[in-house]
Amino acid sequence: MPDRRKITVDGNEAVASVAHRLSEVIAIYPITPSSNMGELSDEWSAKGRTNIWGQVPDVVEMQSEGGAIAAVHGALQAGTLATTFTASQGLLLMIPSMYKIAGELTPFAMHVAARTVATHALSIFGDHSDVMGVRQTGFALLASGSVQEAQDLALVAHAATLRSRIPFLHFFDGFRTSHEIAKIEELTDDDLRALVPEDGVREHRLRALTPDRPVLRGSAQNPDTYFQAREACNLFYETCPGIVRETMEAFGRRTGRPYGLFDYAGDPEADRVIVMMGSGAEVAHETVDWLRARGEKVGVLKVRLYRPFDVRAFAAALPRAAKTIAVLDRTKEPGATGDPLFLDVVAALREARDLGLRADDPRVVSARYGLSGKEFTPAMVVALFQELAAPRPRTRMTIGIMDDIGKSSLPWDRDLDIEPADTTRAIFWGLGSDGTVGANKNSIAIIGERTPLHAQGYFVYDSKKSGAMTVSHLRFGPRPIRSSCLIRRAGFVACHQFAFLDRYDVLEAAAPGGVFLLNSPFPAEAVWDELPREVQETILARKLRVFVIDALAVAQDAGMGSRINTVMQTCFFAISGVLPKDEAIREIKEAIRETYGKKGEDVVRKNWAAVDRTLANLHEVRVPAAAPSGRPRPPAVADTAPEFVRRVTARILANQGDLLPVSAFPVDGTWPTATAQWEKRNIATEIPVWDETICVQCNRCVFVCPHATIRAKVVAPAELAAAPASFQSADSRLSEYKGQKYTLQVAPEDCTGCGICVEVCPARDKSNPRHKAIDMAPQRPIREQQRGNWDFFLRLPEVDRTTVRPDARSTQFLQPLFEFSGACAGCGETPYIKLLTQLFGDRLLIANATGCTSIYGGNLPTTPYTVNSAGRGPAWANSLFEDNAEFGFGFRLALDARRTHALSLVKALAPKIGEGLAGALTEASNWDDAGMAAQRDRVVALRTALAPLKDAEARRLDLLADALVKKSVWLIGGDGWAYDIGFGGLDHVMASNREVRILVLDTEVYSNTGGQQSKATPLGASAKFATAGKSSPKKDLGLMAMSYSHAYVARVAFGANDRQTVQALLEADAFPGPAIIIAYSHCIAHGYDMAFGAKQQKLAVDSGIWPLYRFDPRRPLKGEPPLHLDSGPPRVRPIEYLRNEARFRMVEALDPARFRTLMKDAQRTAAQRWDLYRQLAGVTVANPEPDKEE
Amino acid sequence: MTPDLSTTWLGLKLSNPLMPGASPLVDDLDAVRKLEDAGASAIVMHSLFEEQIIRESTAQDSILDAYTESYTEAQSYFPDRGMFPFGPEGYVRHVERLRETVRVPLIASLNGTSRGGWIDFARAIERAGASALELNLYDLGADPRESALDAESRLIDLVRAVKDSIRIPLAVKIGPYFSSLAHFARELERAGADGIVMFNRFYQPDIDTELLEIAPALRLSDPSELRLRLRWLAILRGQIKGGLAASGGVHSHLDAVKAVMAGADAVQMVSALLTLGPDHLGTVLGNLRQWMIDHDYTSIAQMKGSMSLERCPDPKAVERSNYAFVLQTWRQERAQGR
Repeated sequence: MPDRRKITVDGNEAVASVAHRLSEVIAIYPITPSSNMGELSDEWSAKGRTNIWGQVPDVVEMQSEGGAIAAVHGALQAGTLATTFTASQGLLLMIPSMYKIAGELTPFAMHVAARTVATHALSIFGDHSDVMGVRQTGFALLASGSVQEAQDLALVAHAATLRSRIPFLHFFDGFRTSHEIAKIEELTDDDLRALVPEDGVREHRLRALTPDRPVLRGSAQNPDTYFQAREACNLFYETCPGIVRETMEAFGRRTGRPYGLFDYAGDPEADRVIVMMGSGAEVAHETVDWLRARGEKVGVLKVRLYRPFDVRAFAAALPRAAKTIAVLDRTKEPGATGDPLFLDVVAALREARDLGLRADDPRVVSARYGLSGKEFTPAMVVALFQELAAPRPRTRMTIGIMDDIGKSSLPWDRDLDIEPADTTRAIFWGLGSDGTVGANKNSIAIIGERTPLHAQGYFVYDSKKSGAMTVSHLRFGPRPIRSSCLIRRAGFVACHQFAFLDRYDVLEAAAPGGVFLLNSPFPAEAVWDELPREVQETILARKLRVFVIDALAVAQDAGMGSRINTVMQTCFFAISGVLPKDEAIREIKEAIRETYGKKGEDVVRKNWAAVDRTLANLHEVRVPAAAPSGRPRPPAVADTAPEFVRRVTARILANQGDLLPVSAFPVDGTWPTATAQWEKRNIATEIPVWDETICVQCNRCVFVCPHATIRAKVVAPAELAAAPASFQSADSRLSEYKGQKYTLQVAPEDCTGCGICVEVCPARDKSNPRHKAIDMAPQRPIREQQRGNWDFFLRLPEVDRTTVRPDARSTQFLQPLFEFSGACAGCGETPYIKLLTQLFGDRLLIANATGCTSIYGGNLPTTPYTVNSAGRGPAWANSLFEDNAEFGFGFRLALDARRTHALSLVKALAPKIGEGLAGALTEASNWDDAGMAAQRDRVVALRTALAPLKDAEARRLDLLADALVKKSVWLIGGDGWAYDIGFGGLDHVMASNREVRILVLDTEVYSNTGGQQSKATPLGASAKFATAGKSSPKKDLGLMAMSYSHAYVARVAFGANDRQTVQALLEADAFPGPAIIIAYSHCIAHGYDMAFGAKQQKLAVDSGIWPLYRFDPRRPLKGEPPLHLDSGPPRVRPIEYLRNEARFRMVEALDPARFRTLMKDAQRTAAQRWDLYRQLAGVTVANPEPDKEE
Repeated sequence: MTPDLSTTWLGLKLSNPLMPGASPLVDDLDAVRKLEDAGASAIVMHSLFEEQIIRESTAQDSILDAYTESYTEAQSYFPDRGMFPFGPEGYVRHVERLRETVRVPLIASLNGTSRGGWIDFARAIERAGASALELNLYDLGADPRESALDAESRLIDLVRAVKDSIRIPLAVKIGPYFSSLAHFARELERAGADGIVMFNRFYQPDIDTELLEIAPALRLSDPSELRLRLRWLAILRGQIKGGLAASGGVHSHLDAVKAVMAGADAVQMVSALLTLGPDHLGTVLGNLRQWMIDHDYTSIAQMKGSMSLERCPDPKAVERSNYAFVLQTWRQERAQGR
C-alpha cells in the first residue's frame, strides 16, 4: 500500500483537491459554503497545478449557477471532463440543466456543500433541503459524513460516473463537513489514476460533439416517442449501484477504507436502528458504540448512495433483528406524507417484502433533525434510541429543538457527554480581528501533522462584519474523531476578550476540574473582583483552575499590535499539556516561520518575541474559597426594550437562541424592525470626540458615518436647558437655522471606531493642525458620560423636514432610519442606504438582493432599519440574489394597483366623503415633505369621513387609503446582483415605464462571499478568479441603461461629491419612470484602511476612473443634453488612485510588467470613457415639435 | 582615436562611468533594456527602504489580515496571499528579473539607518543576483537625544553589519549634512564601504496652506546641485582609497566631465533621465566621447581626479576661501550694477 501523507484540511479542500485533479474544465459561481472549492481550484490552476493527465484545468467563473451548469453541460457535450461546486439556491438554479445532463447519460461529477434552501428566511448553514430538491433529476446522489469520507467519495463519484454514465452529485454537510478541519489520509495521484477508468474517459471523448462525426442532441419529441425513449435509460440506472459498489470495493482494497452503498455500524442483532446520511451519521455511529458498550442492541445504517436507491442492498444491510427503525431526515417537506428518506425507506421495506428479500415488517418512524446546521449531538441519538424502545414510539418527531406548539420534539439530556476522557477538548472565544481562528488552525496543523494524534477543528463565525466574534472548537485524541458536533464539555476554555464575560456564558461548556484561560487587562491578584458573579459561580462550582495573561500588553510589547493570537496559542500549549511544553514551543516557532515567513523576517521575529514573553506573563489565579462577590452580568438589552426584544432578541444576543421554543417565533418569517438600537456592542476602542469651538458644522462626518453613530441636530436654545453638564453645542452657523443651537453627538456604544469621520473632517485647529474638530479618543473613559449625552440627544426634537434644503449639509439633519448595522467598520455602502432612509425612509419599500446589504440589513438577531416618531420607516424584504429587480418591480405593480383601486373608490365615494376632499386626494401631485404631510392629513380626514359608512366600498377604501400617499420603491443590491446574476431582470425592469428606483452599491467585487470578481471588477484589479488582474474592462452598466433613453441614470461617489449624490437620489426618486444609481462603494475587499475610503473615492473621480454624471431624459425638453457630467476631466494620474489599493498592488507584486500594461490599459480606458461621456454630454437630442392640430 | 571610457567602480570593470542612479525608472524592464542599449555601464535599482521592509509586512497584517477568518461567508477577501510578495519579496523578485534582463552589472539599493532584521535582505538581494549593493544612509538626525558622534557610530555600525552579511561589493550613499564629512567618509571606508556615492537628495515636503497638511513634493535636481558634489569629490579624492561616485545634478556630458575631473569613478544620472527618457543617457555618453576627442583626452583614467583638491592648480578655490571669493565678486558685481 503506498505511503500517503497525513494532512489537516477542511472538507472543501479535500474534495476540491480530488475534483481539480480529475477535471479539465471547472465552471463555478460563488455561493456559501461551497465557494472555497472553486476558489481553491482557481488558485491551484493559477499556480499551474495540473490534473492527473498533466493539464492545468481551466477554471471559469460564470454569471450565475445557471450559467455555470450550462457551461459545464456544454463542456461535457464537447468531450471534456468537467466539474462544478455549489450549494442551496445555486443548486436549484442548476436543476433544468441537470435534467438534461442526466437525460443524455453524461458522465459528470459535481460536489455540493449541502445547505439550507431559503424559505421563511435565508440560512447559509447545512442541511439537505438543497440536495433533496434535485433527487428527481436523474443524478446519482452520494453522501459523505466526514472530511475523510468527502475526499474518498469524491473520487468514487468521479470514477463511477465514467463507468455508469450516470451523472453524480456528491454531497456533504455545509459548514459541518465543508469547513471542519480534520486530519485525513491524502489520496495520491496514483490512487486517482488507479480508480478512474481510462476506457470510460475514452468513451466519453468518443461521444463528444464533433463535425467529424456529426450527431444531434437535444431534439424535441412528441407523444408518440418521448415516453419510450425516456424509459430507454433504465438499464443504466439498474447497473449503477453495482458499479458504485465495485468502485468502492476497489477503493477499499487500495486504501484500506472500505465503503458500501449502505454502511451499517452497530450490533449485528440490533433491534433498534437509525437510518440517516451525512455528518449526523458519524455522531450516531459514535453514540452507537457508546451504547453498545453499555449493553444496548442498537445500530446505525448510513446511506451512501441515496440515488439510485438500491432496495436489495438496503434490505441486505439492515439487521434482520431490527424491530424499530427511525429514519432521520435533515430536510423538511411540508405537507408530504413524510420527509424524503423516510418515504424511501418505507417504500424500500415494502418492496423488499414483496420481492421476498425480507419477511419482517419493522415499525418505521420519522424524525427530522439538524435544519440549518442545528446541532445534532450524541445525547439526541440516545434520546432517539430511548424513544424507539418505547412500546409505541412516536411516528413523527423532531429532535434538537423544543416544539411547544406541535409537540413534535423529543426531549434530550443536554448535559450528557459521551466523549472519551483521552480526547482533549478545547474551546476558544475570540474576536475575528485578533487572529484566534488562524492560531487555532495552526495548532491543529502542529498536532495533526507532527504527532500521531488525530485532530479536529470547527469554527463558529459571526454574521456581523464588524467586531465579529469567533468560537473555536478543537479536539485532539488517539483515535479518529467522529464527533461532528460542537464540544459540550471542554477541559480547556479560553476567553481571548475580557468583554465577552459580560455578554456571553463563556464557561457554559467548561468541564468540572478544567482550565479557564482568560486574556485579562487585570493582573492575577486583582482579576477575581472584576469577574461577573455568574463567572465566579461557575469557576467555584466546577472547581476550575484559572490562568490570566495580559495578552494585549505582551503583543504590543512584541510589536504585534492587537494580534494576540500567538500569545494565546502559546498559553494553550503551555497549560493544556497536549504536547510537552518545550516541544510545543519549538513547534509553534517553526509553524510561525512557515506561516509568516513570506510576510517577512520582521513578522516572524515579532511573533517569536511574543512566544518568548508569554510564559513569563502567564499566571495562575488564586481562586478564593469565599462565596462569589462580583457584580451580576448586565442584561443583554435594556429593561426599556420592547417585550419581543427582551423575550426573544435578547436570548439570541446572549448566544441562547438554541433554547428558544417554536412558539417564540413568527410563523412566517416576519420580524419587527428598529431592534439594532437595543444591541449595545461596544466594539470601538476609540470613538470620535467633538470640539465645537473649531467645528464648521459641515456635517460631512454625519454623511459618511457608515453606522449612523454620529449625528447632528439644530434645536432651539431652550431645548438644551436640561442638558447633561458634558453635553456640547454651539451657535448654529447655518443661515437657515440662525439663532438655534447646533449639536453633534456620537453614539458611544454603537460606533465601530472606523475613523472615516475624522478623515473627512475639514476643520483643523489653526495653531495645532493635528487637532481637528473631530478626533478619536479612547472609548472606555468617556463611555458612561457619552451614553447619557446620546440619550439626551435622542430626546431632542428632530428637524422640521420642511426646513431642510436639498443639499449634503442640510439633509444630514434628517433622522436616519438605518442605524447600527453589522456592516464592516468603514463600510462604503451603508452611507448611501442611510441617506436613502433620511430622504425617503418614511415612504420607502426596499427590495434587497442577497449579499452584504441583506446580511447587515436583515441578519438576525437585530435589524438596523428603524422607524421615526410616527412609527413610519422602511419596509424591507429580501427574496433571492437573482430575482431582486423583478421582486421589487412586483412591489411597484402592487402599489400602483392599490393606488388605482383606491383612487377609483375615492371618486366613487366622493359624494359621501365630500367632493373637496376627494378632489384634493386624487389630484395630489406634490410629493415633497410638505406635500407628503398634507396628503397624509387628507388620508386621516378620509378615514374619519369613512368611519360612519358601512358599505363594502367604504370598508375597502378604508383598507386601501394609505396607498393614496406616494410610496418609493427602491431596489438595492451589489454589483454581483446588478451586473451579473440579476442583470437580466434588472435590464427588463429598466426597460419598463414603472417608477422603480435601483441603487447599485458597486464594490466592484462579490464582497459578501469573499472577493470574487464580477463584471463590475475594474481592469487591472486582482480578485478571486482574476488572480493575475482582470484583463477586461469594467462593464459600463450606466451606459447600457442610458441606451434605453427613457430612464434616469446617475453615477455617484459620496466621497468625491456628496452634494451630487443627494441631488441624484432626489432626482431619481422624483423621476416618472425607472431610475438607476450606480454608487461607488469602497470595501474591505479593496485592501486598504477604510478610514481613507472617502479620499479614495475622490481620487477615483479626479483620476477619471469614476466619472460622475446624471442622465435625465427630460432635459432635451429644455433644450439641454440629457447627460450632465458632474466631474471634470482627469486631473490626477490613475496610478495615484490605483496604487493605494492592495487589489491593484497585488498584480504589481505578482508581475510588475503585467501591472504596468494593465495600468496603461486602465488609463487609456478611463480616458476613452471620459471622452465618450464628454461627447455625449454635448449631444442635444432633437426635441420634436408637438403635432400641430389639423 | 576613440578614447577609452572604461572605469572601475566597486571593483566592477565598467565600460564607461555613466549609469542611472537609484530611481523608479528601473522598475520598468523596457526602460532598463533601453538604458542598457543607450550604454549605461551598470543599472542601479530603486531603493528598498527599511520602513518598507518592516512596515509593509506589518501593514499587510493589520489591513489585509484584519478581516480574514472572522466572518462566516468569507474567510478571506483576496486570492491566496502567498502568491503576492508585497514589499521586500517583490524587490528580490525584481532583482532576479533584472538579472535575467541585462548583462551589465546590477547594483541593488537598500535605504535605512538602523541595524535590525531588515538587513537580512542584503543577503537575499545578493542571492538574487545583484553584482553590488548600494546602501543609502538617509538620516535626518532629528532625534535630540542623539549626539553627532552617536549618530555617526550608529551608521558606521550599520555599514559594518551590512558588509559582514554579504560578499558582493558595497557602496554607501550619504548626504552632505555631516559635521565632519571627511572623517565620516574615512570611517565608512574602514567599516567596509567599497565606494561612496555623493549625495542623496533629501525629501523636502511642502506645506498646503489651505488644508493645513504636509504636501508631498518631489523636486527633480538641476545642474546647480552638482557644485556641492564637485567640491566634496575633489576633497575626498585624495583621502579615500576606495571609489567615489557622483549623484545629483548631472544632466549633460559637461556635468559628467566635471564630476570625473573632480574625482568620480562613476557618475549617476536620475532627474535628466526621468525628464528626457532613458535614451538621454546615450546622448550624454555620445557627447562625452566627442568632447574627449575634441579635447584630446585618451581615457577617463587620464581625466579622473585631475581637478581634485590634491591635484588641481588652485586648491584654495575648492576650499573655504573660494566661498568668500565668490561672495565678494557677487557683491562687487551688484554694486557695479551688472
